[in-house]
Amino acid sequence: MSVVTNTTTIGAIELPSRRNTELLLLGFAVVIPIFAYANVGLAIHGELPPGMFLYGLGLGALAGVAHLVVRRYAKYADPLLLPIATLLNGLGLVLIWRLDQSERLQNLAKRQFGLFTESAPRQMLYTALAIALFSVVLLVLKDHRVLQRFTYISMAAALVLLILPVVPGLGADVFGAKIWISVGGFSIQPGEFAKIVIAIFFAGYLMVKRDALALASRRFMGLYLPRGRDLGPILMIWAMSLLVLVFENDLGTSLLFFGMFVIMLYVATERTSWIVIGLLMSIGGAVVVGATASHVKARVTAWLDPFDCYSTSGACEQVGQSIMSFGSGGVLGAGWGQGNSDLIGFAANSDFIFSTVGEELGLAGVMAFLLLYGLIIERGVRTALAARDPFGKLFAIGLSGAFALQIFVVAGGVMGLIPLTGMTMPFLASGGSSVLANWVLIAILIRISDTARRPAPAPAPSPDSEMTQVVRPS
Amino acid sequence: MSELTLTVMRLGFLAVLWLFVIVAVQVIRSDLFGTRVTQRGSRRGGGGATSAPQQAGGRQSAPPQQRQRRGAPTKLVVSEGTLTGTTVALAGQTITLGRAHDSTIVLDDDYASSRHARIYPDRDGQWIVEDLGSTNGTYLDRTRLTTPTPIPPGAPIRIGKTVIELRK
Repeated sequence: MSVVTNTTTIGAIELPSRRNTELLLLGFAVVIPIFAYANVGLAIHGELPPGMFLYGLGLGALAGVAHLVVRRYAKYADPLLLPIATLLNGLGLVLIWRLDQSERLQNLAKRQFGLFTESAPRQMLYTALAIALFSVVLLVLKDHRVLQRFTYISMAAALVLLILPVVPGLGADVFGAKIWISVGGFSIQPGEFAKIVIAIFFAGYLMVKRDALALASRRFMGLYLPRGRDLGPILMIWAMSLLVLVFENDLGTSLLFFGMFVIMLYVATERTSWIVIGLLMSIGGAVVVGATASHVKARVTAWLDPFDCYSTSGACEQVGQSIMSFGSGGVLGAGWGQGNSDLIGFAANSDFIFSTVGEELGLAGVMAFLLLYGLIIERGVRTALAARDPFGKLFAIGLSGAFALQIFVVAGGVMGLIPLTGMTMPFLASGGSSVLANWVLIAILIRISDTARRPAPAPAPSPDSEMTQVVRPS
Repeated sequence: MSELTLTVMRLGFLAVLWLFVIVAVQVIRSDLFGTRVTQRGSRRGGGGATSAPQQAGGRQSAPPQQRQRRGAPTKLVVSEGTLTGTTVALAGQTITLGRAHDSTIVLDDDYASSRHARIYPDRDGQWIVEDLGSTNGTYLDRTRLTTPTPIPPGAPIRIGKTVIELRK
């Protein structure tokens, strides 16, 4: 595509594939966690940890495999997504390993379950599985537009995934929230996978329906108000997310799905009114559920004043401990392995892992982490901008929007900005489902960005050589 | 482990982490400039080398260098065909039309010839249209051109399925 003016040609730059940039950044992203690992060992045990080289080798090998797969099967993909995800995952492993070394957590586990098992080796295994899944997605999914065919199947699949945790016998009630299912000794969080599956449905559905949702509207007070019947889809998603909230006691998942739908609706229709309607609906829903459901009410109380009910409620104590750990971290942090964030207790390496970042790396570290997440989101949005097909655009926006919402919900929860929701920090927190699902998300973004950034195919043979058709009077 | 070593490592780690962020942002910078502007050689038969200002995405709007007659057209507008809405500023140089890639206006039109017609100003600044021996001919209003003809303002020029006009 080029615009021709009198003396200049303006054309798109032929993007280099940027694979070497990616490799360089990937090397950097492997070295930083190894540095952190050594730092933890020196701070806690006073010597370099014995598993350091094995750990570094493992992370390096995983990163290398992922890079080779991208180089072979997604040559023009965005160069930043893989290195940043690798860095976050590597640092997550170090954080989990660091919390494994805490005697407080070891004693707590022994008291509660009788024995203590380290989480880091298991997390390393999950990471390896996740990289394998990442490679499989890139190998199998040659073109993201194939997913468009599964629009309605993925809706059904997402609903099943969301309902699974409340099925008796399959669902596991863990500390009030019913978001896990246990299959053969493993506990899986289906919500993490549902977020990707439902993005397929939203993208496919909105791509077809966006004109009806955007054009049929009346103007009222500077806003384009949709017709009553066009409110159907948003009302359905709203009702669904409220049901998730009521039956599974999970604020995070329901917020994630509803927010994702509103974001995609706004991007598809360019109507600000959808955001206003969405915000009003979510505030209304949150107020009603917050006043009635006891589990949610406890979370809200813990959010409003965690130190008031500190000694009486476990939820308040956790949030209070988390806020204290951010406070004691200060600007530069206590240093790896020198904080007391393990006082938070059993969820220290999952829901509250970001508090350890806050305490041991301080404000500077927290900001760097948030920027890294922000960069992943920015690359996702950039991919959506560059994508040439409307399905890919909406899909990339949906995935990065869900990712952004999840970061906001988790980081906001542990910092006391919003009520705690019980979701996991992508790539950092301990847990197999989260790591697997987020690596799949990165794989899909890499696939879309590869398609978007791939140079256009060579132009058709020059028309100069073709025959001019002759107008025949008939 | 000494306090000093740990402090150095603590600050060193933060520095390395931020260095990564900065390097990543540097990589993004190259994505911010999405288009490239290349200067093409000046056209033969044109009004010499016009120093067009380079502006990305915008159409050239430099005022014509040569003396402007009152009421002379300033732009060429495509009013029918696949290029409808395209405008080209008339800056005193020849405009060629055809399917050839080096035409000023590249027509994507099966009924146009490679080098179909040209539009140029004569010495007085009057714009002339000339058919370059095309297969299907060039029409000014409804008459087929045989010789270079001055273009009256607002008269449609038809080439294949494309119609262009000169406007003020």
